[in-house]
Amino acid sequence: MFKWFGRVNHAPHTKVAEFAQHLREGRLMASRCEACGHVSFPPRADCEACLHGAFTFVPVSGRGTLHTWTRITAAPRGFEDVAPYTLGLVDLEEGGRALAWIGASVPEASLAIGMPLQVTPRLHEDVEDIRVDYTLESPKGATA
Amino acid sequence: MSGRVGIVGIGHTAFGRRSDATVQELAAEAFRAALADAGLERGHMDAVVVGSVPEYHKQRSLPGVVQEYLGLTPKPTWLTEAACASGSAAIRTAWMSIKAGVHDVVAVIGCQKMTELETAEILALMGRVGEVQWESSFGSTFPGYYAMFARRHMHEFGTTRDQLTAVAIKNHFYGAKNPLAMFRKEITAEKANASEDVATPFHVFDCCANADGAACVILAAEPRARGLRKPPVWLAGMGAASDTMSVLRRPSLTGLSSAKAAAEQAYAMAGVDAKRVRVADVHDCFTIAEVLAYEDLGFCAKGEGGAFISEKRSYIGGSTPVNVDGGLKAKGHPIGATGVSMTCEIVKQLRGDAGERQVPNADVGLTHNVGGIGQYCFVQVLTRDE
Repeated sequence: MFKWFGRVNHAPHTKVAEFAQHLREGRLMASRCEACGHVSFPPRADCEACLHGAFTFVPVSGRGTLHTWTRITAAPRGFEDVAPYTLGLVDLEEGGRALAWIGASVPEASLAIGMPLQVTPRLHEDVEDIRVDYTLESPKGATA
Repeated sequence: MSGRVGIVGIGHTAFGRRSDATVQELAAEAFRAALADAGLERGHMDAVVVGSVPEYHKQRSLPGVVQEYLGLTPKPTWLTEAACASGSAAIRTAWMSIKAGVHDVVAVIGCQKMTELETAEILALMGRVGEVQWESSFGSTFPGYYAMFARRHMHEFGTTRDQLTAVAIKNHFYGAKNPLAMFRKEITAEKANASEDVATPFHVFDCCANADGAACVILAAEPRARGLRKPPVWLAGMGAASDTMSVLRRPSLTGLSSAKAAAEQAYAMAGVDAKRVRVADVHDCFTIAEVLAYEDLGFCAKGEGGAFISEKRSYIGGSTPVNVDGGLKAKGHPIGATGVSMTCEIVKQLRGDAGERQVPNADVGLTHNVGGIGQYCFVQVLTRDE
């Protein structure tokens, strides 16, 4: 099911594939190591702290702040038709980061490093296949 | 082998769009020049290490083809790959083989022919430069990553758009003096700022260009390195480090921790500090990357990289001249050749052979070759005998 994740997916087979199912159902999940309890976002099958190989999914709030951003004009394959688009990198409240598009609720002129943003699950039904990802939205304007 | 390892020969093709040559023909140009420079025959080579990035060639398994074309079989050859740092990674591999006492004389050939790929292939490759599971799926690009570093550096330290442009202006100023550079024209701020957006805050003139080219250095163990055509330039300090591929796991986007770590190792091994460096070739794949390098290498304090360029301290006559061969920006960036090209330039500088871009009293030099956004970094400190 991880093939659902992203506009272009280069890694359909992964031990954290269920992440995409959760995302489809509107839940943003991190991984928690069964040995040391370390929480990672994006999720990892193998703990980044202790390299233990068993984990469970745990929900995270998706609340974060903007670390940096860029508007991409020169786009790679699969994104030519949607450029320009704006990528934001957010520091998450529970640790970890997300890289994703800045969503429609955040006008580019309002972008400022440090501003609060909400990582928001997205299910795209406008295409034949299921596609899920997340966008970075204004905490007030976030809609699932 | 406890002795030193010296560079005894260098060779360098013109960089640019080389529609006249295959990649092995480019390798031959550089290798032949390096042999002549050293006064050695090809039969003297114990091994050849190739630095190159395989996905940018039609030809697969390049070292085999280069070895055949240069008539070097049955001597051993292999590829060393570390993205844009493949050239310096190959030099490190060759250096280690000599330090280990396995080989005495090793040629390193960095070569790349990027312009034979079609635009569609380049666009596809562009889309996979980052970590593909969590980043490329959102359309991240290589300029986009460094653009995010730039935006954060501007935010934390007040680095300005004009200071980024000043890096491009300097490197084109020196590129105009380098007969082997791809772009041999000075540029103005107006021209740079009017160029198209790539990934804000970057314009086209913040980015280096894909290119074709080859460079070669011949390394020899200390007893062998003496008595050849030219005095050896010593690989006195060799540093190497890594960092995460992903910006999702990078605490700081205002520097490259791998560059800092590699530089510390290289300075310690050579017994010098940053102030002792008279000339440096650093990895300016994007304008911000040179600003980060000033700071990571200790040429200035953290956060002062912008002032370092606007005060022209990286020009000849400044405290540490940087990229006076034009850098990746003006010289072109034939990926695998770049690190070897940097070492060639510093050897020229330390020999006093750099012509109109010669740095006075250049007796200690440095190279800084970065793969990706710092997932690999190699730093060399080079010295000469007095």
